[in-house]
Amino acid sequence: MIAWLRHHRVSAVHTAARLARNPLATLMNVAVIGVALALPLGGYAILANLKVLAGTISTDPEISIFLAASAGKSQIMEVESRLRQAAGVKAVQFVPKDVALTSLRKTPGMAEVIATLRDNPLPDAFVVTLEVHDPALAGRLEGEFARLSHVAHVEADSLWVRRLDTLLRLGRTAILILGAVLGFALVGVTFNTIRLQILTQRDEIEVSKLIGATDSFIQRPLFYLGAVQGLLGGGAALAVVYLSIMVFNRDLVGIAALYASDFQLRPLDFFESLAVLVFSGFLGWLGAYTSVSRHLHEIRPD
Amino acid sequence: MSAPIVSFSRVSKRYPGGFEALHDLSFNVKPGEMVFLTGHSGAGKSTLLKLIAAMERASQGIVLVNGQNVSAMRDKAIPYLRRHLGLVFQDRKLLYDRSVFDNVMLPLTITGLPFRDAARRARAALDKVGLLDREKAPPVTLSGGEQQRLCIARAIVNRPAILLADEPTASLDTGYAQAIMEMIHSFNQVGATVLIATHDQQLMDTWRPRVLRLDHGRLAGETIPEPA
Repeated sequence: MIAWLRHHRVSAVHTAARLARNPLATLMNVAVIGVALALPLGGYAILANLKVLAGTISTDPEISIFLAASAGKSQIMEVESRLRQAAGVKAVQFVPKDVALTSLRKTPGMAEVIATLRDNPLPDAFVVTLEVHDPALAGRLEGEFARLSHVAHVEADSLWVRRLDTLLRLGRTAILILGAVLGFALVGVTFNTIRLQILTQRDEIEVSKLIGATDSFIQRPLFYLGAVQGLLGGGAALAVVYLSIMVFNRDLVGIAALYASDFQLRPLDFFESLAVLVFSGFLGWLGAYTSVSRHLHEIRPD
Repeated sequence: MSAPIVSFSRVSKRYPGGFEALHDLSFNVKPGEMVFLTGHSGAGKSTLLKLIAAMERASQGIVLVNGQNVSAMRDKAIPYLRRHLGLVFQDRKLLYDRSVFDNVMLPLTITGLPFRDAARRARAALDKVGLLDREKAPPVTLSGGEQQRLCIARAIVNRPAILLADEPTASLDTGYAQAIMEMIHSFNQVGATVLIATHDQQLMDTWRPRVLRLDHGRLAGETIPEPA
């Protein structure tokens, strides 16, 4: 057990020395892996931010029913009753025109506009939440509510949110595919690096086998090399994404300020970054394992 | 009478293509013996050593080394067998991108010896072959004789039970060849079994060991030294 641990320590030290001996080659390999991983990682970071942004908006299927200005209290109650009786309705919320005006006044830039008005131009309204995301149901209820007396206008206002949600799903799928393809590229890069390493070390491997080295002893430094290279590539990808987000945020501050928002892109958190490092290290190891399995047995001492 | 440390029983070795390097070979080597294998080029000397080191497998017969049947040994067990063997090659097989010291350290690193103990043993082996003052030098800066001494230091550093040397004095002048043989002999004197493949008649005349003469893969004769 102690000898096994000692072998691991020796392998790790040799790997570090080998990487340091060829700084340019190491840098190039790490750069290739870093760029390959940065693409899906950056996409993931942007999607995660958009998801957070979309999460602040209700994605429940909703229909807004605006009442005629002439509608009195009894007519409002009658409409509410009809809305509650409709099949597929989960909740009905009454939004009086005063509340709507107060809410509108809080919207940046609107307070000055509203101050110039003599009367409240907004109608009383109902917001109806549907039980399910069903375009057919929403369409049917939209028509049904529009035909009610004292209803001036009906609008299915969560449609664009659903579209955004669908786009986010599509983006996530695209990122997954891109990640899988570029992850495969990482395995390929490591496979090739280790193959070249085996060829370079051919004499050393042959001599080591002759004087009693086990396959594990020979393979271990190569596995370390693959894993460390993947790990460094993952670190480079995180650095690229982090720096890109910093640069984006500098411009985003100005754009968000125009909408009275403090929205900024958030970099990957600690656990996400850790997961990236572990995964990239694993892919590096996988590339090394595949290469070693394929090429090491071709070397037989003679 | 002690059991043989190397035993060949009706061993044949045929290479793909049909060339028979060894044919129906039987002999025993006792622990502590020094045996020369001689014969013309292609007689089967190197193949015989390769069968002992499990670098080749016998096509027929049984090869016993230290009581283990090498012919039927699992691949995974071979490294552990080789740790009990010291190998000296005609082409040396040194690592030219490592220092003299690192070359001798390699077998000790493989066995997992702590660095301090390994370094002490490596320096002792280098001292024995007279290369301690060159430990930091790359092997390429050594003369042919020094490189062969380095090869011997690497072979003996693990204190193997058996030393196999394939033409260890080839391409060396007489003075260097004698020095190399003295080193190998001194190792034999402390109990190691030594098998040397050579066709250097002068060495055999000087050292008068037991000689197995091979001819076209067959045992053509044996000379047993007279007791002193």
